[in-house]
Amino acid sequence: MDIKHLFYIIMAAVFVNNYILQRFLGICPFLGVSKKLDQATGMSIAVIFVMLLATAVTWPIQNFLLTPRDANGVLIRDMGYLQTVVFILVIAALVQLVEIILKKYIPALYKSLGIYLPLITTNCAVLGVTVLNITESYSFAESMANSLGSGLGFFLAMVIFAGVRTRTESCEAPESFQGLPITLVSASILAAAFNGFAGVVETLFG
Amino acid sequence: MKENNKLSTLTRGIIKENPVLVLVLGTCPTLATSTSVSTAIGMGLAATIVLICSNIFISLLRKIIPDSVRIPCYIVVIAGFVSVVQMLVQAFLQNLYTALGVYLPLIVVNCIILGRAEMFASKHNPLDSALDGIGMGLGFTLTLTVMATIREVLGSGSWYGIPLPFFSEFNIPILTKPAGGFFVFGCMVALVAKLTHGKVKHNATGCASCPNAEACAKLAKEG
Repeated sequence: MDIKHLFYIIMAAVFVNNYILQRFLGICPFLGVSKKLDQATGMSIAVIFVMLLATAVTWPIQNFLLTPRDANGVLIRDMGYLQTVVFILVIAALVQLVEIILKKYIPALYKSLGIYLPLITTNCAVLGVTVLNITESYSFAESMANSLGSGLGFFLAMVIFAGVRTRTESCEAPESFQGLPITLVSASILAAAFNGFAGVVETLFG
Repeated sequence: MKENNKLSTLTRGIIKENPVLVLVLGTCPTLATSTSVSTAIGMGLAATIVLICSNIFISLLRKIIPDSVRIPCYIVVIAGFVSVVQMLVQAFLQNLYTALGVYLPLIVVNCIILGRAEMFASKHNPLDSALDGIGMGLGFTLTLTVMATIREVLGSGSWYGIPLPFFSEFNIPILTKPAGGFFVFGCMVALVAKLTHGKVKHNATGCASCPNAEACAKLAKEG
């Protein structure tokens, strides 16, 4: 497990498998909170934070509690069917806990990130990254790298799109295209642009 | 009059309050699973089953669940039914299970299901909630199927895996890619706005009917 491989995972998660533009996870905040740059940044930082935290907690739960293996890699018990229930509960509890801790001990940070936290509980990107880490059977380091990359990819897409949004908001779209439709069509152009990264990361770091 | 009410509860989800095109909920699975008609129908029906079951169950429990912890309670109920559906699909429809991948467990965080629990099932009796679930689920499935039809016929020149003459020679592969998903969805929302003559006003988000509405409104006010 060398650094190069981890770097490859991060890069692939940021550009090739971008959570918003290629995997369609976390579309709601992408459309909802991308109107202003500072909100987009705040939301993305909160997402990166929760993604890393959720992975750090759910990976051990899956591999030591739900589907532990002995030294030969044979399953000791298989409770994998509880994955969905356990993961969503852990994430929801975690977000609540983070909110309470921030509120009590770091009020300054709570003020800037606090309002985004409740939005994250039911964010498919966070549950998505924890589940995908398990289905890809990543090691703990790989999982953390993947979460970081996915979070950064989310950040990148949000920030780029906040810039695009300020332009589309002020332009005169045809009446029926105003609001959501023009936003979706511009998202489609951005997604098409990200298609260009498909081979790049593999050739550079693969 | 009473019968009429029941009927409108059932049909409302299909057109007037279509969860995807009018309420703009559940965009993630809509975009992700509409690449082919078979996955779209599979996703739609899986979500419908979860929606009906969770609506009935939450409606039965609506007087017991304390208000302050209602969202976690809803999530647990929904996650339970999602696990059931997930296991059934894995056992009997192996191909669909592989095709849907991570989007099957992600039904848990599908805003349609949580949104209906919060907006409808927690305030109505089990029968109405079941009808609402059927209607919303069918609306979701129909929209997904229509969108998948557009993307599969024009994008890969087939329908439900059956190659079509003419279209298979002149397909537009980008429509099956993520970019095409955003584009087709945008056009469909625009078409609905055109057909309803702008009567359907949506913000750029589904916040209005989403359980996160409170936090979202707070955000909008501060911004």
